[in-house]
Amino acid sequence: MKDTVDSYVTADGRTIGGVMMEMRNITLRFGGVKAISDISFDIREGEIRAIIGPNGAGKSSMLNVISGFYHPQEGEVWFRGAKRPTMKPYQVAQQGIARTFQNIALFEGMTVLDNVMTGRLNKMKVGMFGQAIWKGAAEREEVENREAVERVIDFLEIQAIRKTPVGRLPYGLKKRVELARALAAEPKLLLLDEPMAGMNVEEKEDMSRFILDVNDEFGTTIALIEHDMGVVMDLSDRVVVMDYGRKIGDGTPDEVRNNQDVIDAYLGVSHD
Amino acid sequence: MGNTSSDLVTMPQLLVRNVARYGDKAAYREKEFGIWQSWTWAEASDEIHQIARGFVALGLKEGDSVAIIGRNRPVLYWSMIAAQMCGATPVPLYQDAVAEEMAYVLDHCGARIVIAADQEQVDKTIEVQETVKGIEQVVYVDGRGLRKYDHSTMHSMDDLKAMGKPEHQAELDARASRQNGDTTCVILYTSGTTGRPKGVVLSNSNIIETSKNSSDFDHLRADDDVLAYLPMGWVGDFIFSIGQAMWTGFCVNCPESGDTLHTDLREIGPTYYFAPPRVFETQLTNVMIRMEDSGRFKKWLFDHYMAHAKKVGPAILDGESVSPGDRLKYRLGNLFVYGPLKNTLGFSRVRVGYTAGEAIGPEIFDFYRSLGINLKQLYGQTEASVYITQQPDGEVRGDTVGVPSPGVELKIADSGEVFYRSPGVFQEYFKNADSTASTKDPEGWVATGDAGFIEEGSGHLRIIDRAKDVGKMADGSLFAPKYVENKLKFFPNILEAVVFGNGRDRCTAFLNIDLTAVGNWAERNNIAYSSYQELAGHPQVMDTLQAHVEEVNASVAEDPMLAGCQVHRFVVLHKQLDADDGELTRTQKVRRKIIEEKFEDLITALYDGSGSVFTETEVTYEDGRKGKISATLEIRDAAVVAPMAVAAE
Repeated sequence: MKDTVDSYVTADGRTIGGVMMEMRNITLRFGGVKAISDISFDIREGEIRAIIGPNGAGKSSMLNVISGFYHPQEGEVWFRGAKRPTMKPYQVAQQGIARTFQNIALFEGMTVLDNVMTGRLNKMKVGMFGQAIWKGAAEREEVENREAVERVIDFLEIQAIRKTPVGRLPYGLKKRVELARALAAEPKLLLLDEPMAGMNVEEKEDMSRFILDVNDEFGTTIALIEHDMGVVMDLSDRVVVMDYGRKIGDGTPDEVRNNQDVIDAYLGVSHD
Repeated sequence: MGNTSSDLVTMPQLLVRNVARYGDKAAYREKEFGIWQSWTWAEASDEIHQIARGFVALGLKEGDSVAIIGRNRPVLYWSMIAAQMCGATPVPLYQDAVAEEMAYVLDHCGARIVIAADQEQVDKTIEVQETVKGIEQVVYVDGRGLRKYDHSTMHSMDDLKAMGKPEHQAELDARASRQNGDTTCVILYTSGTTGRPKGVVLSNSNIIETSKNSSDFDHLRADDDVLAYLPMGWVGDFIFSIGQAMWTGFCVNCPESGDTLHTDLREIGPTYYFAPPRVFETQLTNVMIRMEDSGRFKKWLFDHYMAHAKKVGPAILDGESVSPGDRLKYRLGNLFVYGPLKNTLGFSRVRVGYTAGEAIGPEIFDFYRSLGINLKQLYGQTEASVYITQQPDGEVRGDTVGVPSPGVELKIADSGEVFYRSPGVFQEYFKNADSTASTKDPEGWVATGDAGFIEEGSGHLRIIDRAKDVGKMADGSLFAPKYVENKLKFFPNILEAVVFGNGRDRCTAFLNIDLTAVGNWAERNNIAYSSYQELAGHPQVMDTLQAHVEEVNASVAEDPMLAGCQVHRFVVLHKQLDADDGELTRTQKVRRKIIEEKFEDLITALYDGSGSVFTETEVTYEDGRKGKISATLEIRDAAVVAPMAVAAE
């Protein structure tokens, strides 16, 4: 993949840039269990990159490696041309990588607005003391951040639930609030862990539209894990397929769809 | 008010006056990014001029049409006035119209420029452009998702404004001087339940005269606030948000989105408010459900004071004499219950409220009035620039639609159909001379299609039914089924009613129970039932419904003209009338013909005097399978009131 040209334009007119993030020979073990073995792939600027695979293939582990939550025993993570040292998740976030979670991780008792505001935490510089005094810097900062948050709220069309505690929202909306919080951080790379899990068709369609719009409007690079094959094939520019911690396919949706290993992994092979 | 109509005959002229008189006052507000943004008349005028100059630059000519489609937003209202400024005709469309409906209207009105609010509307317009070749330019407001679209004939609103140059102003001024009261102000397409939509052409004087008269009638002022949330393609929104707003200079507030309507309503607290009965009904239901869930003390407080409000509230609102004790108690009620409730509903500041479109249940109507909300009814049509009749303050009743609006003349034809003539009467149906001729006679009288009569004494108009549904009984008296059916349906226990009697000597009825209401009652009274059919045929349910029918009969008998429509016998159906079985339309309206054919055996039984009847009916399940249900139904006689007895009292 690295030998391809620096940037190209997709059929629908988006510009895909050079390599943004590169995973080199990643191996992740939990005790004796190998969750990921020797996987390499890259994510290019501006693309929508999907990671798919059957249950237990190691997809979420991979996402956790990218977000700095897990540290692989072997292999290197390269981000924007530099090898990334072992980092804490918040340091990764400061680099411009935001994520959503497979099982929603929001503050249930807080309003949607407050939850989304937490996504701006990295952008706030005034300390606790300054916040207490409030006037001046803290107030200015709050206004600035609130404006950014309101733009996200407008973008994701959640104005009507701005002041509603998250705990009272239905599942599909909570997922959208999670996306809002991740977007509030203005990430360069957005990681989505099963953004459509448990949604009905209409909610899936909405979410797909938002993912495409985020990529289109803000030029955000997106890496997503998803079970729904229809969604993945429609949304993504390139797909990595994992099975039992190994990479068994990598390429455009069409290439992957016709890959025999992938078909076997998904449909099973007869062992006679 | 010092407005001389002679020099204020076009919308652009009103705009100039408003800038001079109310320049610094808020004219439009819209909630965006969580904050209410506002524009003064001077700022709005500036925006409108920029758009108008942009239109000229884009090649908009006098007499062209500009279609506008999207949710209520200030910029779309400005576009309409800007189009008028250019001598073109704005044509607002219903934003939820599907592409093929849009195609007909866009083709028919010959729109050259389409203002589409967002990607959804742009997509529909592009689809329409494949068949409607007249559309040359598309202007969008919200550019989200549109970046990759072909922009050769598409522009953002900002680009349009930038296209307009100062030199285009001279052209605008020249065009303005050529406009007068007869210039077309707007073309509004009637939704048309039957056949193709028709384009109603309204002139500047139609709109301005009507706005002036109705604003005077309700003493609307420059410091009033309205919430613009009804479809822009509907004549009411055009009159409220453009006609009356331009005439009186009040502020038009646009909600953030369709979903935030309720919050926005509370925040703005409009002083002048319109809603169809359905909206009031939903709000009342929500209040009642929430009260059921509240604590015992709160519930008691609510019930206690609402009972008092029901007793004296409407009288206080109408300025009638009420004892000081009752007044004091009403004040306390206002402190504890009515005030907070109105605040929650967003009605704290409502000075003038209207409902129209269909019959509103008396309980719903009384509920809002007893809280001290000045809710009134009006009767109108697109062809009349809305107003035909309306209720003056102090003469508000649930069963009339009020007295003729200022400047409106009424007459009732022998058939019972209501005709009117007014300054608001439309010019013509666009490109449809035949329909124009059959609706409006050479003297300017317009047929409403509704049957009604003017009440003696009060002079209020009462609408009975659609004229085509009204028939004659065997003895020649009036048969108005919907009038009776509506009265029956106001009882929560009755979901649907069908009254028969056209050409017969007396009326009979089919009733459907409301499973929610009756089921709830059964639960509270420990009445066991295993099916809809069993509950519907339960003797106690029959007794209750019989009491309802008799109550309706007594109320129908009060009208000598309609006394013949009392229901003599009725049967409670064993199945719910359903659109899947073709008994109702998809909009839940009764299809009389089909019901008459399908339940012929029941109708025969209603008229041959038998006490019960066995019947078998085919039903369609939701998955499309068909089945048969059979039942033996009891037929009840209901007491009727002799009209003479009432008349003699």
